[in-house]
Parts: sequence; C-alpha cells; structure tokens
Amino acid sequence: MAGFDKVVSSYEEAMAGLEDNMTVIAGGFGLCGIPENLISEIKRKGTKGLTVVSNNCGVDDFGLGILLPDRQIKKIIASYVGENAEFERQMMNGELEVELTPQGTLAEKMRAGGAGIPAFYTATGYGTPVAEGKEEREFDGRHYILEPAIKGDFAIVKAWKADRYGNLVFRKTARNFNPLAATAGKITVVEVEEIVEPGELDPDHIHTPGIYVNRLILGSFEKRIEQRTVRSDA
Amino acid sequence: MALSREQLAQRVAQELQDGYYVNLGIGIPTLVANYVPEGMEVMLQSENGLLGMGQFPTEAEIDADLINAGKQTVTMATGASIFDSAESFAMIRGGHVDLTVLGAFEVDVNGNIASYMIPGKLIKGMGGAMDLVAGADNIIVTMTHASKHGVSKLLSNCTLPLTGKGCIKKVLTDLAFIEIKNGKFYLLERAPGVSVEEIVKLTEGELVVEGDIPEMSF
Repeated sequence: MAGFDKVVSSYEEAMAGLEDNMTVIAGGFGLCGIPENLISEIKRKGTKGLTVVSNNCGVDDFGLGILLPDRQIKKIIASYVGENAEFERQMMNGELEVELTPQGTLAEKMRAGGAGIPAFYTATGYGTPVAEGKEEREFDGRHYILEPAIKGDFAIVKAWKADRYGNLVFRKTARNFNPLAATAGKITVVEVEEIVEPGELDPDHIHTPGIYVNRLILGSFEKRIEQRTVRSDA
Repeated sequence: MALSREQLAQRVAQELQDGYYVNLGIGIPTLVANYVPEGMEVMLQSENGLLGMGQFPTEAEIDADLINAGKQTVTMATGASIFDSAESFAMIRGGHVDLTVLGAFEVDVNGNIASYMIPGKLIKGMGGAMDLVAGADNIIVTMTHASKHGVSKLLSNCTLPLTGKGCIKKVLTDLAFIEIKNGKFYLLERAPGVSVEEIVKLTEGELVVEGDIPEMSF
C-alpha cells in the first residue's frame, strides 16, 4: 500500500487487527449487500466475544448467521432477527445478548457515529420498550428520546465498484446500511466486485468518498436471495 | 361477511390519492399495490432504500441486489430512486411519506399500537415499524378485529409491548373501518353484511356509534 491506495490482496490482511471483544458494524439488509467474504474471514479467524451491529443477523448458514455456531457473537444490535433458528435458540437461552433497535434509529446511530454527533433525539420508540432508561425531552409539544451514536472498532462493508483510493459506488438496494457503516468504523474494510483506477469513476457518481475507507479488497460473491419472488404473467 | 385479505387491500386503496408517496408494510398492506385505481399515480417507498418500487420480477429480471423491505425480489418503477437507510428513514421520520399502511396485533382507544413482539413467543424485532408509526401522520392500520376465539384486538389498553404511543388514527379491520379520537373508537363503516351489534360485541375499547353506519362499498 502506498499513498491513497487502499487495496489489500488477502482477506487475512483485510481483517488484520480484529481482536476478541471488539465491536463490528456490518452493512447489508437481510442477505442483500452483505460483506459475505469478510464475515467468512471472521469465522475463519475464530474471533470471539464480538458485539455486532447490523440490521439483521443473516440466516443459519449464510451471512452473520455463520458466526453463531462457534459463539463468536456476544451481543447483537439489530432491528429484525427473525430468520435464524440458532439465533433464536441462543437468545432464548440467554447465551446471546440482543438489543433490538428500530431500523431508522439504527441507521441514524451509524450516521451520527461517523459524523461526530454523540447522540440525537428521535420520536421513534417514545413510550415503547426502546425508550426504557433513555432521556426524554419535549420539543414543540412532541416527545422524543435521546439515542446515543454507535462507532465500531471495525466496519465491514460491501460495495459494487471502487477505485483504488476507496471511492465507492453501490448498486441498487444493496446500498442500504453500507454507506453508513463505512463512516462509523475506526477501521473500515470494504469488499467490492470491481476495482478501477483512480479517475475512472465520475466524482459526481461516488456514493462514499475514499476518506472513510481504510482497506479495500476484490471479492467474488454468492449473493444469495432470501425471498425469491417472481411474477407469472410475463 | 368479514372482509377477505383482498377486500381489506381494496378498501385501503380507496384512501389513495394521485401523487401519493406510500409505504406499505408486509402482508395485507403489500396487496394494496394491486388495487391502485386506474389513471392514478402513486409511488411506493420501501424502507430498505427504494422509492418507486415496481412489480415482482420475471425469472429473467431477478436481481439479488434489488429487494423490498420484506426481502423479496422486486423491480423498479419508472422514475425510481435508490438511497441509503439513513436517507430512507429521514423521509419517513421527516413526515414526507403521504400514507403508511401497516399491520398490528393490537390497537387501543388512545392510538397506541402493538405490532412487533409477543413476549416469550415472538421476538423478531420491530424492523422499521417504530420509525414509521412515529414519523407518519397519515397511517392506516390493517388487522383482524378479533382473534379466532373472539378475543378483541381493539382495546382500552394494549396488553403487548408498544410499537408506538398515541400515533394511530385510522384502523381497518376485517369487520369495520374505525377512527380513533378523544380516547375513543368511532365506527365509520362496516363490512358488507356485518351488523353494528357484532362489531360492538367484538370491540373491547369504548366504541362510539353515531347514526346509521354505512356498509363499505367496493
């Protein structure tokens, strides 16, 4: 690596420095736009006691779900975790701590974490279990709760295309939480389908500027589909 | 007769207006998209980051990078846009979505809604529902009026953990269309062939019945 060149050549190098008990923020929604190979590398490394921040926790044999059998995740902060039998078992047995967080609040926590904003008020969750233990305040007659930002020791991100400087372009709804996760990691690692030379991406079309990216790796992806729905009248 | 899932969707569709941006929850709300009146344009928001959701893809069109909030493969309508999750919920929380339709387990006379958790049984999470009910002004809740065993889901106080407090004003059940105001339910319409008495019997929270209650028309 030299200058702004963020490209690394192995997944081992991409996830170097990840240690037990760290916090990892992951992009993706369901199985769409997940950093599948970076997750596999965490499994291979066997890192334990992780706090994982992600909208979902994959399925039993794909995505973040593969970190469950070896009990690598201590705590997960997520909005929806219903697609995973092993997850449910560990949660019910108290082996896995789960902090259910509204989806928009989760996205904003990552955004705030990356933008140097320590906390924010939102009406989301007021008067619900989410508000328990949180400061409440009224603005213009409406009730809001104070939500702290989230930062990660690592952020793991999947983008479509990047240049070697780490400027990122996402594709369709695989964007989801990825640009937010990218801003909120002390070390942000991105895997992509294609890497081009600096200058080849139109600066107006870059979704995430390279300043947020520390390491970049070229991957190949299964892109598993969770709910394959088709129309028949075609 | 209680409304079918399709009739529930059809009745909600009557509340659409030309030029509306609409967020449809999973289940019955999704079916509303099938009943957009001829000549009317609405744009569907999917909270994972898509405004202008199209129909399901053909086998050839399937794209793993293009899904809706229910994680189903979809297509994009003409004029669609894509954005990240923070932007998506800025739209929702900021009150820019004209109509939100979502399901519930329970609602009560104070506009409280419980829709995401049954302690000890169903703990999957709220997804975007808490943001949607807190951010939207115009919300229609679609649900069954009572359980199979005749236990009302329209209550004086929700018993399950809340998704939102004081945020629901309109409820469409399989039996009735109901408005919530002043700490009471108001019966606006009844499903064809369903009597006012039957609705009263299956509504645990205080229900106001004023004058003749019309049947829904389709």
